[in-house]
Amino acid sequence: MKCFIGIDLGSTTTKAVVIDESRSVLGRGITNSRSNYDTAASIAKQEAMVAARFHLFREALAKGGALNGGLEDFIAQLERDFRLEQFLEQLADLEQVCGRNVANARFGDAAKGVAAALVEVFKRLREEAPTLFAPGAKRKSDFFRDIAGSRYLAVSEQVAKDAGLRYDMLLNVFDRSIIEVENRVYADAVKGHLLDALERTFVALPGTRKFAEKIRNPIQSVIDTALEETYVVGTGYGRARLPFSKEHIRSEILCHGLGAHVMYPSTATVLDIGGQDTKAIQVDKHGIVESFQMNDRCAAGCGRYLGYIADEMNMGLHELGPLAMKATKTVRINSTCTVFAGAELRDRLSLGEKREDIMAGLHRAIILRAMSILARSGGIRNEFTFTGGVAKNEAAVKALTGLVRENYGELTLNINPDSIYTGALGGATFAWRAVMEEGKAAEHREAA
Amino acid sequence: MNTAVKKQVQKEDAMWLQKELINRNYHELATAREHNRKVSATFVPGNLNELLMCFDFARSLPETNALQNGMRKKSGKMIMDAERDGHSEDVCTYVKADLGMMLQGQVGPTGDPLPHPDILLLSYTGCFTFMKWFELVRQKYNCETVMLHVPYQGDGKVSPAMRDYVVKQLKEKVIPSLEKVSGVKFDIDRLRQYMRESVKAEENLVRVLQSAKQRPSPIDGYFGAVYYIGPMFTAFRGMPEATRYYDTLWAEVEQRMREKKGPVTPEGEIAEEKYRLVVEGPPNWTSFRDFWKMFADEGAVVVASTYAKVGGVYDFGFRHDPERPLESLAEYCLGCYTNLNFPQRIDMICRYMDEYQADGLLINSIKSCNSFSAGQLLILREVEKRTGKPAAFIETDLVDPRYFSAANVKNRLESYFQMIKQKRTAGAH
Repeated sequence: MKCFIGIDLGSTTTKAVVIDESRSVLGRGITNSRSNYDTAASIAKQEAMVAARFHLFREALAKGGALNGGLEDFIAQLERDFRLEQFLEQLADLEQVCGRNVANARFGDAAKGVAAALVEVFKRLREEAPTLFAPGAKRKSDFFRDIAGSRYLAVSEQVAKDAGLRYDMLLNVFDRSIIEVENRVYADAVKGHLLDALERTFVALPGTRKFAEKIRNPIQSVIDTALEETYVVGTGYGRARLPFSKEHIRSEILCHGLGAHVMYPSTATVLDIGGQDTKAIQVDKHGIVESFQMNDRCAAGCGRYLGYIADEMNMGLHELGPLAMKATKTVRINSTCTVFAGAELRDRLSLGEKREDIMAGLHRAIILRAMSILARSGGIRNEFTFTGGVAKNEAAVKALTGLVRENYGELTLNINPDSIYTGALGGATFAWRAVMEEGKAAEHREAA
Repeated sequence: MNTAVKKQVQKEDAMWLQKELINRNYHELATAREHNRKVSATFVPGNLNELLMCFDFARSLPETNALQNGMRKKSGKMIMDAERDGHSEDVCTYVKADLGMMLQGQVGPTGDPLPHPDILLLSYTGCFTFMKWFELVRQKYNCETVMLHVPYQGDGKVSPAMRDYVVKQLKEKVIPSLEKVSGVKFDIDRLRQYMRESVKAEENLVRVLQSAKQRPSPIDGYFGAVYYIGPMFTAFRGMPEATRYYDTLWAEVEQRMREKKGPVTPEGEIAEEKYRLVVEGPPNWTSFRDFWKMFADEGAVVVASTYAKVGGVYDFGFRHDPERPLESLAEYCLGCYTNLNFPQRIDMICRYMDEYQADGLLINSIKSCNSFSAGQLLILREVEKRTGKPAAFIETDLVDPRYFSAANVKNRLESYFQMIKQKRTAGAH
């Protein structure tokens, strides 16, 4: 089947969206951008393609009716099992690379001990892996680097202690190895993993085994369906790195404008706060960009601001919003300069202000900066769509809602749970238009 | 993707001629003392070159020195030196580059030493910073300073009283001061003769600038035009050499028009004109070639710019008039782009958008230039409203290399060009 793909190479994450001929979203994929955009693009696309397969599984299984009532649980289990299969393959790869790096490292007499410890570390990691993907298991991140990294650190500390080895040697091996593994694309393995995952799912949900054939057949037929990369459009900061010709590349302004329009067709103004950019975009009723403004010269008030503050507070990025929501007042933070805000933060803490109240102030500061860029672009018109990573932060949304009401009155504010994929969705829509409306053929189908 | 092969910089005959002129002027400045010549310093907008020549001054233009230093990648260190000397980060970077150059021993962009000026002629045409700049220079060199106060066109027109006021100052203050410092008696016929030359050059400059009305435009009216305006706006207007330069230039441009060729950039010719733009604001000098390349690579040609009028708005009809020499000097100063009010600037841009069939307006806002930047967003909105054409806004700096973020500028420009393309396609449906 024909697939139209948009890839948004952001400074923090790379996102991909796959849509079909009727412009329905089949799948979305996300990965960390690393320092390697080529890999990030491939992995995000692959993830979106996997998600597309799951979407098609759901459709095919629903049609067959074998899992009447149990479809969602089955698909959820299958997805967890698939992630586990993927994780185990990457883990095996990591073990091999670590082994090779121990051999090449200058650990002297300790080398043998480190090698033995590694065997033990990976044995334990393999054993505990299913629990990481068990129903209800919480993961801070879905990226292999983060999951494997945090578990490796914990397990190897214990193993090193038990073996009387220096912990930093094991850390050193991991650091040397993870980049290589992270930058590998396991595209060929997807089909195999899906079938292996299916067997695991039958074990996990024994009740479903009696319909095994009724389940396996539609799944197999989806797996056998070629998902043709009909046209790919790349956008985002790393777009120049995409191995596509210019025809396949669109600016993120155009993609965010169109993406927001696809999500909410009455969108007139779009605000996107990403890692290093704040964009205010005005679009017409067809999603065509009329004007835009972006932060120039300085990334004050962008997503990275929150990342920096999270580091300063020794917190996770996702914890900032919920903490700020507990505020009983908003402490005034004047500076949108990231570094100065850090100084203001410490100053307010030393004055005895509560962390949550300071957090509320910081979120307001970032939105104040966005309000100024919005004003530059011509103000906010109805409807107003907020996109980008920061749109997921409830405290930022609260500050924005308040300031919009104060300055522009009551407006419809749209925030999509998948707003992080807005640019990629715009890209996919451009890809669709290129083929379906402009009759273009892909020039570099093998790319990414 | 672009090839990394480094190409030979392409230069036309007129460019070589100009280079020669510039080098000769710096040499004249360097040897002024040996030849017993006095040295004047004055600014580009409202520069009274013909008048200064009447007194045999060797002529230095501080902003031109700064931008030449910027293009030669020398301004960064100068600015830092000026900051170390106590000048704030937000001060006009032309000023700091100039002050930094003084601190470094007053060696000019070509490596020739620049002498201390004997007179500072401030033709005050709307930029407040110029006044403060010369105040600092005067403090440093304790030299004679004469200020010609040119009334701002707040109401968008030049009244006879405004013109008479400037003429009065020329007669009673400026000319006597120039006579005193130079020891040369003023000869109005000499001024008339220089002005006759000016007019010839002005005619050709206007032809060159207006050639961009053709499709494809044979010139770039911003990146190319900053070269074309060089002799006219600096120390050469009124000289037969300048007239020759503009004759040569016009012949080259005419030839390109006949052959339907696009502009020549340092990297070569623009093969296909995809976007026609009007630009407001000065260019960035420290990354000038990279900046131009961002346009050229996308087939974007600037057909008209306000910056190319900063030292005189000749394309709307003004010419120096040898029959009314002082009056026409006054009218020249009053009509400089920097002396125009907002409605006039907006009208001018809208007129360019229409006459040059531009696809849109781009504003390059300069961080340290309040004179140009104040109100630019209002200009942008008004032009968008009146013309229905898309406008965009980028921010760089004149000669401070720290404020040119290539990746960001490129990103904005590409977005803008694609936005124009998208609107064009949508409009065609």
